[in-house]
Amino acid sequence: MTAAALGRRMVSESATEGLLLRADGVTKRFGGLVAVHDIDFTIPIGSIVSLIGPNGAGKTTFFNIIAGIYDPTAGVVIFNGREMIARSRRAWLEPFIWFLPGFIGIAATIIAASNGAPDGEIFIMGGITLVALMSTLLVGVARPPRYQSALPRVGIFKSARPNDMVEAGLGRTFQNIRLFQNMTALENVLVGMHTKLRSTWVDAMFSTPRDRREEKEAAEEARGYLRLVGLRGVDGELAKNLPYGDQRRLEIARALGSKPKLLLLDEPTAGMNPRETQEMIALINRLRTELGLTVLLIEHDMKVVMSISDRVTVLDHGEKIAEGSPAEVRANPKVIEAYLGAPAE
Amino acid sequence: MSATPVVEADKVAKAPNGARVGAGWRKRISDFAHAHRSWTIVISMAIGAVLLYFWSAFPPFSFVQSQNTWISGFVNAGVFILLALGLNIVVGFAGLLDLGYAAFFAFGAYLYAFGASPFSHQHLPFLLLLVGGAVVAAVFGIALGAPTLRLRGDYLAIVTLGFGEIVPIVFLNAEKYTQGTNGIGGVDRPNIFGFQFPGIDQTAYYVLMAIVVAIVLILVYRLLDSRIGRAWAAIREDELAAAANGINTVTTKLAAFALGATTAGFAGVLNASKLTIVDPTQFQFQVSFVVLAMIVLGGMGNPFGVAVGAFILYNIQSVLLKQLNATFENLHVPILQDIDFVKFQFLLFGIALVLMMMFRPEGLIPSQRRRRELHAADAESSEDLALVAPDAGEVSL
Amino acid sequence: MIPAIAVGMVIAYFFILTFVLGLNPQTADHAPQIAIQQVANALSIGAIYALIALGYTMVYGIIELINFAHGDVFMMGAFLAVLFAGVGAGSIPGLLHLSGPVENPILLIIYMAATLAVVMPLTGILNLTIERVFYRPFRGGSRLAPLITAVGVSFILQNVALVLFGSGDRNAPQIFPLSWRIDLLGASVPVLNIVILIIALALMFVLQTFVRRTRLGRAMRATALDQQASKLMGVDVNQTIALTFAIGGALAGAAGTVWGYNFGFVRQDLGFNAGLKSFTSAVLGGIGNITGAVLGGFVIGFIENFAASLGLTRWAEFSVFVALTLVLVFRPAGILGQQVGERA
Repeated sequence: MTAAALGRRMVSESATEGLLLRADGVTKRFGGLVAVHDIDFTIPIGSIVSLIGPNGAGKTTFFNIIAGIYDPTAGVVIFNGREMIARSRRAWLEPFIWFLPGFIGIAATIIAASNGAPDGEIFIMGGITLVALMSTLLVGVARPPRYQSALPRVGIFKSARPNDMVEAGLGRTFQNIRLFQNMTALENVLVGMHTKLRSTWVDAMFSTPRDRREEKEAAEEARGYLRLVGLRGVDGELAKNLPYGDQRRLEIARALGSKPKLLLLDEPTAGMNPRETQEMIALINRLRTELGLTVLLIEHDMKVVMSISDRVTVLDHGEKIAEGSPAEVRANPKVIEAYLGAPAE
Repeated sequence: MSATPVVEADKVAKAPNGARVGAGWRKRISDFAHAHRSWTIVISMAIGAVLLYFWSAFPPFSFVQSQNTWISGFVNAGVFILLALGLNIVVGFAGLLDLGYAAFFAFGAYLYAFGASPFSHQHLPFLLLLVGGAVVAAVFGIALGAPTLRLRGDYLAIVTLGFGEIVPIVFLNAEKYTQGTNGIGGVDRPNIFGFQFPGIDQTAYYVLMAIVVAIVLILVYRLLDSRIGRAWAAIREDELAAAANGINTVTTKLAAFALGATTAGFAGVLNASKLTIVDPTQFQFQVSFVVLAMIVLGGMGNPFGVAVGAFILYNIQSVLLKQLNATFENLHVPILQDIDFVKFQFLLFGIALVLMMMFRPEGLIPSQRRRRELHAADAESSEDLALVAPDAGEVSL
Repeated sequence: MIPAIAVGMVIAYFFILTFVLGLNPQTADHAPQIAIQQVANALSIGAIYALIALGYTMVYGIIELINFAHGDVFMMGAFLAVLFAGVGAGSIPGLLHLSGPVENPILLIIYMAATLAVVMPLTGILNLTIERVFYRPFRGGSRLAPLITAVGVSFILQNVALVLFGSGDRNAPQIFPLSWRIDLLGASVPVLNIVILIIALALMFVLQTFVRRTRLGRAMRATALDQQASKLMGVDVNQTIALTFAIGGALAGAAGTVWGYNFGFVRQDLGFNAGLKSFTSAVLGGIGNITGAVLGGFVIGFIENFAASLGLTRWAEFSVFVALTLVLVFRPAGILGQQVGERA
């Protein structure tokens, strides 16, 4: 069946199965190197799942695909009942849509001109054509959410970009902390809330009551997120001045700002001592119980993985080699071999 | 909970209830001004404008040139202030190095010439053209910015440089519409609500410019502290992380180009209506460079700093250098009297820009944020996990 | 394979040009001969652009910075050649005071070699100094700062030239007699064009050998691929980068010298124009790729020559720039480069 049909079937299936995310056959090739190969992956709503594996197994690549940074070479990712990530389909058709009004307008103008319409009319027609052309080009370039959901109806599909995934309800942190270093903790969280704030630059310039109110409320809400992750008294501190543990928390607070349904955490406890790790585990649990979040973790710390995961998936060399409950995976000989190597013959 | 955060030396200590302790009068005034910013701008602009206007008729100003010449110079400085404020949005706020900014200046100016000159047989109202110039410039801001969206900093600079070259060439070559090298002369002076601007006395232009600059300053500051201002700062710091937090980098960058271009549109219309002639040589790379130098010297990212930088640099260029020539000649200072500083002016600007970038890149009146960013290279080692920059293997947006 | 492609390109261009010239009644009669002359022209200018493009591409490959001042180093090279061999420019007197063609072949070769031997090290040192003073302090920090500084340095160089030599064209002694021509299929082609091509190819060959076969060349390639790893392997990264700049500058100096012979004039904004075109060449061929820069240089030379032979000189620059934008938007890796990253 066609990729589009497959996508549609998966969408309906995942909705009935209570899956927040479903990936089917995801493959990513970089030139000659296959980073991930034919990965099937599901994330049930309200669960905490972990993705583990030796370094270079493809975990972060898979993460990045789900987050919209890479286009997959093959496969589909359905998120929240909607096909979000897949190889482009009929992408060549898009420019035609953009230029269609322009073509029509130019044709009409030329016809009118050759039939001897007065100069003023030609001017107006030309002007309208130009405006229409620019508008469609702008929409095509900016890709607002409604445009993106309308495209599949004409058979065109383009993979979601990172900011589209955020709008759809996905939040993420980075393996090597990518906070906005020279902005304060509060400002970082406010950026995280970007998609949930509605005020535009027009509102800002004219300092409308709506804008002022929203800014005040946003600041309060941002402080709330900081408290939630356990950060007190650092609102005005620059991100780069915060201690390491606080920076990791801040990144989570920032991700929470967009009120995500799914939170992707890339090695949240890397570089932490046992006490901090315990606190992080408690935080992740609270995110599920208090905020109803679903969480996908990449982790190397087995204690963390075993203690909070509902399900663990193991990747090695880009392939899924095991999946199941923490206990099952721990006992799996393939997993042991991947981490420790096969016993000498 | 969180460990005690490292407190910066210039940060203010906090009492248990969070109130600022030992803040000093300077901080209190600055906080007040910040809270009532628009009024501060209007009032200081008014005071400053009135002061400068009257003082320029007296010593020491009167020794150098007549009051009207000074006023005329201030209006020209105002044009550059507008240009600097706009470029500051693109470079300072959003971090996009646009080297062809003069192109938008040209669009505003030529629109005015098309709309109000004997050559075009149109005499549309000034205020309409003022807004029109801004709109046209914004549209071209989007048009010229769009191809650059996926380009990295260096490439963006070169492409915008190219655009900046091409636009004047197009205006030059389209002789039928623009009279080529001769330019369009005899452009109308403004006529606002029946008041016709005189040709010699520059007071009316001065008042108009002060009003426009004040308005633009207010709007620019509002943008800086808004949702989009944060989005620009985020993109500037780390574009990938910005996108990963939901920022549509495409529309945000285009907004920077468009909004940045609008002030150039204003500047173009105002300049054209004052000089009454528009020709392609007014929009060459030198102009783009000088505006860039102004925002670097003034304080990239900080609207007030940038405005001050533009004002100072313009006056150095138009007044100080000439004065140095005259003074050294009159005093017969050896060597120095033979140097024509006016001829050297661009060289001096270039040197000043480079020296500034090397020793004080945040400019004279820095924006706090920029100072931290620009001195990052001197700070911690790259081994620090928390400050690891995006590595080369990662995707470039 | 590359030489085959190159020869193929030249032949293809010849046929295209002949065809187009044939369409114009004014030039139809002698279309093939005119085409041959233009091909020779294009190869000369292409060689010059290629030499300059090499500097851009090597520097970008190694520190990922566009050396905006590189075009102006070329311009300085052109002026230095004039100062050394000619009667001077602006307020500065020349050294050898040559003002016209030198008919004695041996003397000619000596003069040309001497000029190159003097100018190339000077421009190499100039480029090297620029790196050491203006770019090195910024290594490892924000990308915006060195970029702005580079623009500033370029501006400074242009204005230094303006102050020293005045504005407007300055005479460059065309010591290679333009009367020496060779007959190719009925067309009279200046030997100079061929000599320029040979000089450029020779320099490129030397560069290629250096980069491929010597220890320092290997160090350059390694540093371009991964600076951190090279450091760990014991490569003196500072020295390697300095060497890259020096070589790039020297090549630009050669290009400047040859420019004077071919065009007979130098001007302080030479760097701006030629720089933009050469950079386009480097991008077209694939930034960071040495062969690509050479290929790109010739392609841009052909494009410019094509526009000129159709009488569209004013639009030549325009079309080169449009080519740059198109390449950057649709295939930023260039012809020979690798795909750079993904869209996000």
